[in-house]
Amino acid sequence: MTVVEDRPATAETPPPRRGNPLWALLRNSWRQLTSMRTALILLFLLAVAAVPGSIFPQRSVNRENVAEYFTANPELAPVLDRFFAFDVYASPWFAAIYLLLFTSLIGCVLPRLRDHIRALTTVPPDAPKRLERLPHHVGGERRPEDPAAAVAEIAKLLRRRRFRTRLRETPEGWTVSAEKGFLKETGNLLFHVAMLAVLVGVGFGQWYGWHGNRLLVEGTDQGFCNIVTQHDESVLGPRVDAGDLPDFCLRLTEFDATFQTTGVPKSFRATVDVSEDGGKRYRPETFTVNDPLRLDGANVYLLGQGYAPVLRYTDRFGAQQTKPVPFLPTDGMLTSEGVVQFPDVNIDPATGKRDPALQMGFEGVFLPTGGTDGSAVSQFPAENNPVLYLAAYRGDLGLDTGRPGSVYALDRDRIADGDLKKVSGERPYVLRPGEKWTLDDGTTLEFVGTRRFATISIRHDPTQGVMLAGAVLGLAGLMLSLSVHRRRVWFRVLPADPEAAGGSVVEAGGLPRTDYSGFGEEFAALTRHIKEGKS
Amino acid sequence: MAELSNQLMALTVLAYLAAMVCYAGEYAFGKRSHIGRAATRELVGAGGPATYEEAAERLKPSRGDWSGRVAVVLNLLGLALHLGTTVTRGVAAERMPWGNMYEYILSTALIGAAVWAGVLLRKPAVRHLGLFATLTLVVLLGAAALVAYTPVGPLVPALNSYWYVFHVSTIIVSSGIFLVGVVPAAMFLIKNGWDSGKRGFPYTLGRRVGDAGTLERLTFRLHAFAFPLFTFGALIAGPLWAEASWGRYWGWDPKEVWAFISWIVYAAYLHARATPSVRRTTATWIAILGFVTMLMNLFGVNLFFEGLHSYADAG
Repeated sequence: MTVVEDRPATAETPPPRRGNPLWALLRNSWRQLTSMRTALILLFLLAVAAVPGSIFPQRSVNRENVAEYFTANPELAPVLDRFFAFDVYASPWFAAIYLLLFTSLIGCVLPRLRDHIRALTTVPPDAPKRLERLPHHVGGERRPEDPAAAVAEIAKLLRRRRFRTRLRETPEGWTVSAEKGFLKETGNLLFHVAMLAVLVGVGFGQWYGWHGNRLLVEGTDQGFCNIVTQHDESVLGPRVDAGDLPDFCLRLTEFDATFQTTGVPKSFRATVDVSEDGGKRYRPETFTVNDPLRLDGANVYLLGQGYAPVLRYTDRFGAQQTKPVPFLPTDGMLTSEGVVQFPDVNIDPATGKRDPALQMGFEGVFLPTGGTDGSAVSQFPAENNPVLYLAAYRGDLGLDTGRPGSVYALDRDRIADGDLKKVSGERPYVLRPGEKWTLDDGTTLEFVGTRRFATISIRHDPTQGVMLAGAVLGLAGLMLSLSVHRRRVWFRVLPADPEAAGGSVVEAGGLPRTDYSGFGEEFAALTRHIKEGKS
Repeated sequence: MAELSNQLMALTVLAYLAAMVCYAGEYAFGKRSHIGRAATRELVGAGGPATYEEAAERLKPSRGDWSGRVAVVLNLLGLALHLGTTVTRGVAAERMPWGNMYEYILSTALIGAAVWAGVLLRKPAVRHLGLFATLTLVVLLGAAALVAYTPVGPLVPALNSYWYVFHVSTIIVSSGIFLVGVVPAAMFLIKNGWDSGKRGFPYTLGRRVGDAGTLERLTFRLHAFAFPLFTFGALIAGPLWAEASWGRYWGWDPKEVWAFISWIVYAAYLHARATPSVRRTTATWIAILGFVTMLMNLFGVNLFFEGLHSYADAG
């Protein structure tokens, strides 16, 4: 990304004409890579390469959407997957582009840094012979002082305006060379170095960061501790060991949600008990959507919410099991779907043997506010008229096979095979809180009530602070590089009349060193002020 | 109050439309010499707007000139109505008026219109661009009212954050300026084509347009001003808020992807503009490409993709 603007001429010896061809190839490739043209092309490639990530669902953003895409396009999806269409930002080709771009950036920044340091340590060059050839010029201003005094005054005024100023005495008189606006290049370099820092920060964040998600049901019996096995899903960076996770436990004691009359949420608030000493002492904390719970070594974010109906099953031997079961919301009014599975029921107390054919499963929807028309769609997200529509299944739930299955749906294959039989009627059974449903074999299912649940994300990214600092410094550098202009002015002060003492003639010239349309005005004001002796 | 806002909206579009017609009138009847010379003078002379006044005084106002003056008045009237629309919308909702796509476009266009009016008052020579500026405003506001209208309502909890103010306001302001910036960019390309002898359709529009160099510099200055602001809004305030809200500062949400793309393209524009070996027309085309990506982010992403920035709710 080199912007070549008259660099100080380097007096390097020309490279030998017949060097090692490999070396020549390397050198030429490096030059090609670090040229502005290549940098522009790489920038465009990066922009174009980012596009598919917004078109195809990304695993890093939403795994379920990727799975849906695979079901919807069984032919196309595996082919796309081979080209990393669902992991665009972690794909080798995306990485290739930005690594090349940053190599190009390093190749550009280093020589520019060297040049800039050289420029900063070099004094402004002497005035050109003919100042009138410069783009801006004022000539023949007379001053009463003699040249030495006049030139000192001019230099003082220039220094007060933060010009780097150098006086030179010549046989005819004096010259002043002044230059300012070095902050432009400083800012430019700062911006590019900050970009490099941000890229390195992203890399380290990926290595040393981790996150896990968890659905947390209200109640002290539903606590959770921050270990990988208690996360519903967790992603650890390559340099993170499961044992590195900070040790804390959470219990959701209360979840508040308020809604507008249209059903649009107004506020969410989760109240939790937190223990950072392995569950010995708990202290209460609250957090909301934009205000995460910040703990030592991890932050806890509130991502979503829903209802967990509490169900009690009484089996044919009179044994009871009660559990809250989270139902996942499917729309904004919190129409929620879920299954309730009781694998360890109907165990004959005489033999103690479990009959897999007598396992129970219930599937259906929960509506916080059921409508009057009996449709299975919630009318409002708060619990104004909670109702549960369930179908009952008896048979082998397939939980013992070790095959991973969803805890939010019954095993379709087993229903198709007849291992799991529907034992309720054609239409789902309607249950309201407190109601009991007696099944065909005399066992009962009671809808005890509901609890809230919150979905939370537990995250740690050690480089976030570095990233922020990098971004802020980058912005500062960017603003400097866009707003500052480098420019030079020269003054030549000669005696007014070589014969007589006293009086001098001042000539001035100005040269903007970067594209700077306002320089004319600045130069005019500067020379006017110098003439009037204003600071 | 919401009703009043909607009525003001209709009046705003009408005022911009009327201004557009008058600008078009000036365009049709205006004398090339008049505007062109004023613009050239301004470029050459070191003085400020005074040169235009001199030029204007020397020439008797023609029919086209009157049309242009009426257009400016209508344009400013439209801006006042536009401000009224936005303010009443905010009062009706009891919050800043940028909580959904309709309000977002309304505010972005307001910033664009205000910047345009500022440029117009400081540099009257750019008046000939009014046709295109008002056209852009009419199209955007029309699209907002037809496609994205949403009834007034309070914010969802996810938007209830002070970062909301920083993130959204800076993005609105910078998008508004990028929006205005595309007008001189397009006119520069047209004028440049005209100057180099092209006489096909879009280039004929360049006949009465001011100096190409001035247009190009104006393009650069608008973009150079908007770019750091956009950087702050999209790449600093946005990630800060995303971290507090979603737990990660960057997550390749479609909106983030397209903000990244726009940022890269505008960065490429600034690099190309700073490189002597790249032609100014090439650089300006990159700026126009940047504008296209911004439009894609505003309309395309909101309407076609599903993501966390799902404030569009246009239905």
